[in-house]
Amino acid sequence: MGRRPGGNGGRDLKVRVRVFAALREILGKDEVEVELPGGTTIEGLWEQLVDDDDRLKPFTKSINFAVNHDFVVKGTELNPDDEVAFLPPVSGG
Amino acid sequence: MFEIVQDILDIRTLAQTVASESDGAIATFSGIVRGTNKGKKVLFLEYQAYPEMAVKMMERIGDEVRATWGLESLRIQHRVGRLNVGETSVVIIVSSPHRDDSFAACQYAINRLKRIVPIWKKEVFEDGEVWVEGPVETVDVT
Repeated sequence: MGRRPGGNGGRDLKVRVRVFAALREILGKDEVEVELPGGTTIEGLWEQLVDDDDRLKPFTKSINFAVNHDFVVKGTELNPDDEVAFLPPVSGG
Repeated sequence: MFEIVQDILDIRTLAQTVASESDGAIATFSGIVRGTNKGKKVLFLEYQAYPEMAVKMMERIGDEVRATWGLESLRIQHRVGRLNVGETSVVIIVSSPHRDDSFAACQYAINRLKRIVPIWKKEVFEDGEVWVEGPVETVDVT
């Protein structure tokens, strides 16, 4: 919803990544800022995080993706100043 | 109306905010911390939320309840932080002119919350702890 196709034309962008539950404990912090090439998808960002820390890899099969507080599909391209989140299967209630 | 809170939940206070003169029924649901899971004794739970998105998704459930049953009265509060066995983790309240709709909407809301609202619980046992993961599924993004 409101996602611009084609990102921001290949320029670098900075996004805020928020993590929760087991992911937060693995990374030891609740958010990180990441600089990315323009056109990076949310799945591409996740793969980059897994490359940096392979303890994240087991979550690849189960996480959902969110941008700016909405669920998004994995091919969603990121835009400058997006708030990105990787969500393990929720267990509230 | 839709909140993530640190404090003890009080369903009676919340119930006073829902009913209008045209309503004849209020349905409430309270989720409480169970003392065992799969035969293991639970010492306490730690709930964590993505608060901004959790509120947004609870509002979405409110929209769905409005679209399906025409009810405006849904309220949801979910508590975060450390909760002891027997404490209330979530309260859901909805009122309607006749009882069938509030029962149905209340059950719908808790089932939906457990699928799309970003909240997680960690179970703490005598010999360890584990973040509970709900069913693995791709959330419908539309």
